[in-house]
Amino acid sequence: MTTDGRGRGGGRAFLGMPRARVGGGGRAAGEDRAAGDGRAAGDGRVAGRARAGGEDPAAFPPFPEAARAAVRDERLRANLRHATSTIRDKRARAVGELADWDRLRAAGKAVKDHTLRHLDHYLLQLEEAVTAAGGTVHWAADAAEACRVVTALVRATGEREVVKVKSMATQEIGLDEALEAAGVAAYETDLAELIVQLGRDRPSHILVPAIHRNRAEIRDLFRTEMGRWGRPAPADLDDTPAALAEAARLHLREKFLRAKVGISGANFMVAETGTLVVVESEGNGRMCLTLPETLISVVGIEKVVPTFRDLEIFLQTLPRSSTAERMNPYTTMWTGTTDGDGPSAFHLVLLDNGRTDTLADEVGRQALRCIRCSACLNVCPVYERAGGHAYGSVYPGPIGAVLTPQLRGTDSGIDASLPFASTLCGACYDVCPVAIDIPEVLVHLRERIVQGGPVTRGGVRVRIRPARGHAAERAAVRAARRLLDRPGALRAGERLLARARRLGFRPHRLPGPGRAWTETRDLPGAPAEPFRDWWARERGG
Amino acid sequence: MRVALFVTCVNDALYPATGVAVVRLLERLGVDVDFPAGQSCCGQPQYNTGYRYETEPLLRRTAAAFAGYPYVVTPSGSCAAMLREHYPRIGRRAAAEGRGSELAELADALAPRVYELTEFLVDVLGVTDVGAYFPHTVTYHPSCHGLRSLRLGDRPRRLLAAVKGLDLVELPQAEECCGFGGTFAVKNPDVSAAMGADKLRHARATGAEVLCGADNSCLTHLGGMLRRQDAPLRTLHIAEILAATQEEPAR
Ligand code: SF4
Repeated sequence: MTTDGRGRGGGRAFLGMPRARVGGGGRAAGEDRAAGDGRAAGDGRVAGRARAGGEDPAAFPPFPEAARAAVRDERLRANLRHATSTIRDKRARAVGELADWDRLRAAGKAVKDHTLRHLDHYLLQLEEAVTAAGGTVHWAADAAEACRVVTALVRATGEREVVKVKSMATQEIGLDEALEAAGVAAYETDLAELIVQLGRDRPSHILVPAIHRNRAEIRDLFRTEMGRWGRPAPADLDDTPAALAEAARLHLREKFLRAKVGISGANFMVAETGTLVVVESEGNGRMCLTLPETLISVVGIEKVVPTFRDLEIFLQTLPRSSTAERMNPYTTMWTGTTDGDGPSAFHLVLLDNGRTDTLADEVGRQALRCIRCSACLNVCPVYERAGGHAYGSVYPGPIGAVLTPQLRGTDSGIDASLPFASTLCGACYDVCPVAIDIPEVLVHLRERIVQGGPVTRGGVRVRIRPARGHAAERAAVRAARRLLDRPGALRAGERLLARARRLGFRPHRLPGPGRAWTETRDLPGAPAEPFRDWWARERGG
Repeated sequence: MRVALFVTCVNDALYPATGVAVVRLLERLGVDVDFPAGQSCCGQPQYNTGYRYETEPLLRRTAAAFAGYPYVVTPSGSCAAMLREHYPRIGRRAAAEGRGSELAELADALAPRVYELTEFLVDVLGVTDVGAYFPHTVTYHPSCHGLRSLRLGDRPRRLLAAVKGLDLVELPQAEECCGFGGTFAVKNPDVSAAMGADKLRHARATGAEVLCGADNSCLTHLGGMLRRQDAPLRTLHIAEILAATQEEPAR
């Protein structure tokens, strides 16, 4: 079950590489057949915010439906507008300070692209370095496997509780729920994650998971829920930031000092040295990474960078893009284990869960460059109005719209609707510190949904059929193309339109898909004649 | 100087006045304008909705219609971006799919000759004062493709600022998308309408009489919402303002 790097043998392949062929380099891992024991999760659905083995896409409505409710939620809109516009302006200032921002951005992109191209090589180098430094590396092909590995590791310690550093990867695989099912309590220690956990809520932002909550809501949650998880909040708690932070600090301190097992993700893994890096702002991460006896880190395979020096780029671009800080407050780095200093046991669980399949797609793979700064969320006008929950995944906003349908596939209603959850305005691409052309990937994924096409699933190249529900649109586009490709027919159509409008045909409500237009907008007024006819008359063309 | 006008299908069918304005404006500036009749739709809405293959015949048609013209000028940032950015991409994808380099060659030959109107005026003709007269208060919404794909920057606002009689007022949060987004407007109508409403709130707060843009598709969305609001604000394409003179005022 646990596929320890050493004991892996047995014909098992990761990234499609039988052990013997590894090290050849020079070839994109994604171009090979990837591993896959199938994506089966199989767990029953757990009521609540997520489930062990990752979220069940079928539990979420399609994006437009979820967004409709969010748009009408005035409080949510106000919370989001305030939070995103503040951080947006700050980011712009922090980035504007650096004269070489464009070069840093290009360098970050280049390092990530290079690493992804030789991912097989760097992952094995990383495994070797971590192992040499006293850590143990485990490989998990999917969410269910990762949850099994971590649960078994925690069980082996005999502990019934763990403290957690905020991590997207563990949310992606539904680790908290898996641990809970195994009788292990997982305590989130990041302030915003704590708020989400206390509220039995779902995260709605990568960096600020409780961005949809305002201070008064948080105070109420602390007052009613903290006591159930540990030290209660003072009864007279008010909603000033200092009071809320102090309540959280006291509540969490108890957990830090007691916990024997810490669980984290990582922002970066350095292949050359085996060093893991966690970048955070509250110091809770530092506690979880240093105090427990056992540390388990679950990290997506795309988080590796070749050398320690590469961090120079990302430790400049990440804080400025995410929190608008010049330098990150708490940057914790560790390499395996050190006697008498920090955890005595360290396990690294390398998570695939759809990443190798994503890597096989030459347009879509750029999404794997993401360093989860959340700048794209903060500038996105659609995110600001729809909120994070509408994206039906732990990855909301523009990056979620391109990452989720690649990691999970496009079979469900929500996943097939995500690539359309954008106006393609390009603000996300502009701010992305690793230059992910999100609009390009969105259009590419739209293509996959409406036309069908080749994808890699579980390491196997398959052709998917066009999604249901686009048949009428497909027929209309085809008919329009035939019309548009024959200017004679086009002109006849334009004249017909002009004549109909002159005769007073100006519907206030359109039928079919046009109704969505006329719900809130009028149709444009009728021209007397198409431009072509004016030209022919006036310029004799 | 010989220029081919790519009027775009939306302007041809719904906003002929914008096309007429471009012709009058360019002719006033001494440009010899031609309208190649073989032109049609560039395929942008189809492409952006995911129908790349349906776009390919339109790429071929557009490339053929404008072959031989040193300049192709269009009064639409998003259609210019389609020809310049996405056509070469469509060509490369076709080549990568083993379908030959024909589309890529057509696209690459066309792309560098394509100019959005304000870009052509400022960069090629080198003018910012086009001799227009428009005695109204105007605020300008920079549409996303012009802003972020073409990097039009302050060209449109410089052109507007030089118009006699025109009082240009800044639009708060101008760079935020208006929520049109092609088929987004019908696939995600609630978010689209919410974004449009915010854009109009900002526009109305300026007190301007005219909300000007360089893309009639965005203006169709905003104008359609405005008409429901019965507001003392109307939308107008920048070409129609720049073409307006004392003798021939805009509509
Ligand atoms: S896609 Fe880019 S901007 Fe968005 S979170 Fe990832 S790195 Fe940041």
